[in-house]
Amino acid sequence: MDQDSAVRELAEDPSSRKRFLKAVGGTGAAAALSVIVAACGGSDKKKTTSTAAAPGPGGAKPDFTNDVDIVNYALTLEYLETQFYNDVINSGVIKDPKVGSLAKEIAAAEQQHVDALTAAVKQLGGTPAAKPKASFQSVIDGGPKMILETAATVENLGAAAYLGQAGNIKSKQILGAALAIHSVEARHAAAINALVGRGFGGGDQLTGSLPDGAFARPMKKADVLKAVAPFLTA
Amino acid sequence: MKTENLAVPELAAVEIHGMTRGAFLARGTLAAGAAYGLGAVSPFVSNALAASGDVDIVNFALTLEYLESAFYTAAASKVPGMSSDLKALVKEIRDNEGEHVDALTAAVKQLGGKPAAIPKVDFGGAFDSPESFLKLANVFEDTGVSAYNGAAPGISSVQVLAEAGAIVQVEARHAALIRLQRGQTPAPNAFDMTLKADEVLAAVKPFIKG
Repeated sequence: MDQDSAVRELAEDPSSRKRFLKAVGGTGAAAALSVIVAACGGSDKKKTTSTAAAPGPGGAKPDFTNDVDIVNYALTLEYLETQFYNDVINSGVIKDPKVGSLAKEIAAAEQQHVDALTAAVKQLGGTPAAKPKASFQSVIDGGPKMILETAATVENLGAAAYLGQAGNIKSKQILGAALAIHSVEARHAAAINALVGRGFGGGDQLTGSLPDGAFARPMKKADVLKAVAPFLTA
Repeated sequence: MKTENLAVPELAAVEIHGMTRGAFLARGTLAAGAAYGLGAVSPFVSNALAASGDVDIVNFALTLEYLESAFYTAAASKVPGMSSDLKALVKEIRDNEGEHVDALTAAVKQLGGKPAAIPKVDFGGAFDSPESFLKLANVFEDTGVSAYNGAAPGISSVQVLAEAGAIVQVEARHAALIRLQRGQTPAPNAFDMTLKADEVLAAVKPFIKG
């Protein structure tokens, strides 16, 4: 399984992210990343031999060893998605009413994910992660096409991020809730991919409405965090 | 449109049972979950197959994939008047479902079980028009997503869980694309509902003949 392909694709994508990454210039991204890693519980401390570890090459170390950290990781990603759609809607850049109503629908869904995951962290006895400081202004300034390309990237990333943690979740309730969100992120991803004219098939991660063919590929935390780092401003 | 050639009463029941009721359940329980914490969501996050072993769960999924595979294989050659986009989508989904069948068959064998038999299917008048085809495809895809989501928490093997997750994400993408072809919203709920095994079987039973 090529866990790095998504990040590589992001780096190589000539149409959107590359320009965006250049625009942002990576300033502050490293510092912001350390903040988000801390928010996600930074799983270095704990050990590895859980039977619920995600399958990986050579039994790789799981990204997380407790459910609170996993749910806070998901919560952080959902906060970013929610802000992205709200910023886009508020910018007024999207003129196509069909796209606008889809964006509103998705924004509302992401907010519900934030609410449910916040409740889940509390239910587990943890402290919900703070809303990360982020800016999507460079994307919005890039116009509708860049916004949709970024939305596609974000949704595919979200789906892959949930899939990457399914095997690490210990609580069946949390797993069930995560799955109920995971498949909605996948629906968003497919719909937006189709909207930006990406075809059905495709062998490369994040490309096409069915980018991985018959079996979706997961992403590990490190790759997901690298991909969202350019949006973080803290 | 010849939707009256569909197994209409059954299909109506499916939609009421699987979708409308499910959507209601999902909204109600998740709202409760947000307000009262996750404990309130537990009836929603069903342990549909918790008492079964992985072989039973994978065979359950295999039967659904056989059904979908047969459905899209027939649709590719039978549905008249499909747009080129829809034709391409149908072929893509058909191929995906075939790969799911192969993977799940291998998984059952690897678990030491006997793969479920290929079900005999009858889709009534579903292939009479793109509209009737898409309507039933929508039911199958949404039901498939809910079936996997309901069954997955009961899976013991991390490998089987990973495989189920990789498949359900693709089923969800199918569901979104089929819905878009129908002019429907791709993601009708913020949380995809889960269905228990008996609810899934009730939904697909009208199309399985022996």
